[in-house]
Amino acid sequence: MKVLETTDLEQKFQDKIDREVKIEPNDWMPDAYRKTLIRQMSQHAHSEIVGMLPEANWITRAPNLRRKAVLLAKVQDEAGHGLYLYSATETLGADREATIDDLHSGKAKYSSIFNYPALSWADIGAIGWLVDGAAIMNQVALCRCSYGPYARAMVKICKEESFHQRQGYELLTTLAQGAPEQKELAQDALNRFWWPALMMFGPNDDESPNSAQSMRWKIKRLTNDELRQNFIDATVPQAELIGLKVPDENLKWNEETGHYDFTPINWDEFWQVVNGNGPCNKQRVDARRKAKEEGMWVREAALAFAEKRKKKLTA
Amino acid sequence: MSTKEWPLWEVFIRSKQGLNHKHVGSLRAADSTMALDNARDVYTRRSEGISIWVVESNYVHANDPADADAYFEPSDTKIFRHPTFYEVHEDIKHM
Repeated sequence: MKVLETTDLEQKFQDKIDREVKIEPNDWMPDAYRKTLIRQMSQHAHSEIVGMLPEANWITRAPNLRRKAVLLAKVQDEAGHGLYLYSATETLGADREATIDDLHSGKAKYSSIFNYPALSWADIGAIGWLVDGAAIMNQVALCRCSYGPYARAMVKICKEESFHQRQGYELLTTLAQGAPEQKELAQDALNRFWWPALMMFGPNDDESPNSAQSMRWKIKRLTNDELRQNFIDATVPQAELIGLKVPDENLKWNEETGHYDFTPINWDEFWQVVNGNGPCNKQRVDARRKAKEEGMWVREAALAFAEKRKKKLTA
Repeated sequence: MSTKEWPLWEVFIRSKQGLNHKHVGSLRAADSTMALDNARDVYTRRSEGISIWVVESNYVHANDPADADAYFEPSDTKIFRHPTFYEVHEDIKHM
């Protein structure tokens, strides 16, 4: 068999991508493709897990049993989503514990939205509606990602996540129709979560140098700005319907473009939060680190027990 | 900080009686009982299954995808294995 040159392999790889053939774990792929995916998928996994923290904090304070059961199910889903994504990342040869240690050391990032606190019960509604809503916008596009295991995980996650958005919107709708104080809570939550939710899509396209390559590899299907605009267009009427005001004085429907115009985003805040200076960065990573360290003995004991039992069975 | 990892397991789920088990993903667990329990919690939260198999990933063997073209070529060239290869008189029914 003729030994293929790397450039030949790269050409064949790009041809496959162009023909919409999915890439599977043991297929040849360029190192940079593998690295990009490992970075993106592990950060996605970390976001699912860290995202459990602000919500889990409210489970015991849910106002009734229905809301409590719903929130519990949502947080459990997020754990599952983290697991699908860690497993999919492992198919690329990434070491799971090493990727988690990268989160704990601060080397790996996660969605900066989770560095904002959930201050009131209404925030649980805003998180479901806006944060999960933005995540779904992004994840629906990722269902067609060129890497098979990532795309499959996204299909499953999207199916499960649509309830997350609905329960959040329903929660805020209830508050918005309640007493003036309740409506105020809902409006306050929207005020605080609107801009961070828009930042979830990442920097503007002209400030996002890796986007073009990710689009060529069909890891990304839509640009950051396209996804953000889709999200705004979908979400503004939802806010209006329940009588809440989106906190942007320049927000205006543009007949000509068929989209909403909006104020440019304050990227200083975004980079401050990404680089560790958000309200809760330290708290979130500390909680994850503590969970691993304090749970370590359980994991070691389970393994020791399994090995002992295996020995007994084979003896 | 790191520890010895739990083994990796592949998870297969039968969605209903009469259908085969289908690969749905993987997870880590210390032993088969834990792998089954975790698979139930992770992969069947919405009635996706009525039966689960877990297999330690080390026991799965696969062909090399780099040689897949040559490996599967014999089946591509034997078109006479398909019923459409044969001419049947149009008056013949039930064949």
